[in-house]
Amino acid sequence: MKALRSLVDGIKPTFAKGGKLEKLHWVFDGLESFLFTPGHATEKGAHIRDSIDLKRTMSIVITALIPCLLFGMWNVGHQHYLALGELVGAGDGFWDKFLFGAIKVLPIVVVSYGVGLGIEFLFCSFKGHPIQEGYLVSGMLIPLVMPVDTPLWMVAIGAAFAVVIGKEVFGGTGMNIVNVALTARAFLFFAYPTMMSGDKVWVNTSVEAGQQVVDGFSGATSLGLAATGHADKVVSLMDSFWGIEAGSIGETSAFACLIGALVLLVTGIGSWRIMLSVFLGGLAMSAIFNAVGPGLNNDYMQIPMLHQLMLGGFFFGLVFMATDPVTAAQTDTGKWIYGFLIGFMAILVRVVNPAYPEGMMLAILFMNVMAPLIDHYVVQANIKRRAKRMSLQTA
Amino acid sequence: MSTEVATPEVKPAEPLFSKKNRALITDPLNDNNPITVQVLGICSALAITVKMSNAFVMSISVLFVVVLGNMIISALRNVIPSRIRIIAQLVIAAGLVTLVDITLKAYVYDVAKQVGVYVGLIITNCIIMGRFEAFAMGNKVGPSALDGFGNALGYAWILVAVAFFRELFGSGSLMGVRIIPESWYATQGGFYFNNNMMILPPMALVIVGIIIWVQRTYNTKLIEQA
Repeated sequence: MKALRSLVDGIKPTFAKGGKLEKLHWVFDGLESFLFTPGHATEKGAHIRDSIDLKRTMSIVITALIPCLLFGMWNVGHQHYLALGELVGAGDGFWDKFLFGAIKVLPIVVVSYGVGLGIEFLFCSFKGHPIQEGYLVSGMLIPLVMPVDTPLWMVAIGAAFAVVIGKEVFGGTGMNIVNVALTARAFLFFAYPTMMSGDKVWVNTSVEAGQQVVDGFSGATSLGLAATGHADKVVSLMDSFWGIEAGSIGETSAFACLIGALVLLVTGIGSWRIMLSVFLGGLAMSAIFNAVGPGLNNDYMQIPMLHQLMLGGFFFGLVFMATDPVTAAQTDTGKWIYGFLIGFMAILVRVVNPAYPEGMMLAILFMNVMAPLIDHYVVQANIKRRAKRMSLQTA
Repeated sequence: MSTEVATPEVKPAEPLFSKKNRALITDPLNDNNPITVQVLGICSALAITVKMSNAFVMSISVLFVVVLGNMIISALRNVIPSRIRIIAQLVIAAGLVTLVDITLKAYVYDVAKQVGVYVGLIITNCIIMGRFEAFAMGNKVGPSALDGFGNALGYAWILVAVAFFRELFGSGSLMGVRIIPESWYATQGGFYFNNNMMILPPMALVIVGIIIWVQRTYNTKLIEQA
């Protein structure tokens, strides 16, 4: 640790004002404060400074994402071998599958971080403000919501679009209106629909000599199947809970997401109100569908409530995206409304609109846009209530 | 007793391309651009910029309508009763637009089909009504023509710039000529896909936004004081 400190101190003058690499000062500053807690003190007035700053917050979210990432790597390998008809048991060839998945997934992670952070550094150098670490989490979320077969250049374009149009345009970290990672996904979803939906992209079916894809293989996700009228073919409740199914890299496992949720809740970084209300919203919509499904003779609507929620990216969105503190509603009452409507609409879009097999992305983006409006009315209602109380007291 | 007859001062006729009149053309290109600064005519800028050829046709149509319309309004400005001037302006704009529409249908039918309803909507294009009302009603014919010409050019270059990016990345071609080689496409064994988002209007709005961003970066006097 000492050696690292002295190394950092040694190269510091190079980046200081008048130094050789003055232009890169904020890049250096960002990396330094990533390694060591900065000793900044507030100069004027009394302020309470918590030791947890944006970088620590982000690091905890990344920690919470690790189960999803690791599970996603294994699942990518598992789905691949399943398609080839080899090592079909979930317990077989753990390392083979994990290694295969890691080789597919890590480049996507590296490209996402490289492009996103590169652009962020560029903006900070031009504008001359400290590097904001918002991208640390977005950079991890973007790979986790991509299909495994997404070409790297698409990941790069998506990340670039999300950082520039989703965030920097509005003034950088903490100013964005919609979730950055979902901006990247939505952009790619509408820009390259053939690579972001359908049944060709979710499972890597690259074959080597002597291998071939098994007969009758379908790479469709459970939701893809259900949307095309095969609601009876969705994976079982337990498989969808553990996440042994085709889907985007990190979102299949409700179990891994729940571990992440535990980390976020214990550290107090994720809002339990939002998580609970998204869950309740999804449950409510599923219950409505369960009630009307038999009458409409619609198999998809009749999928049991909990099973419906386990499918697709519902839990991933619930834990990591709906709770984004920047884009969510800020008031407590607002959080309940915001979360409930996300869950409600995610299931509604998923089941009713055949053009979008999964509604979580669209529901969260939509409510991100609505969040300020919800907050406005919550605050206004509070003001009105208190004004009324005042007039009663004085009357 | 001698009566002095006051000789009326003869103003020297202002040359058509004086500095003031040249500004009528150059101003709308940048400092007072109808799309990026006045934010008028956005509707058509989003709708017909999928292909560059459409953008050109639209630009020329608007150029024709706004220049001729400005001249006609300016010539009639002293006889149009001010209470019904909007109706009068609309009639003139509608007449010119109908001319354009018929001409397009006669000579470039394919383009006319694609540009379709938006040619008719030139009548309600705020740029046209804006120029008639704000400039032609109070200025002579010459300057009015220049003003119309400048504004149409300002409109046109934004349209063509947006269409450039949309056609290049959305269809891989420019003016219908293929730029990105066929062999790059995934269907031909390559790696490339057209960006479908570019075909959709929201991306046109994003591109217009980026143009405004770049413009304000270089032209700092456009930034409002907070």
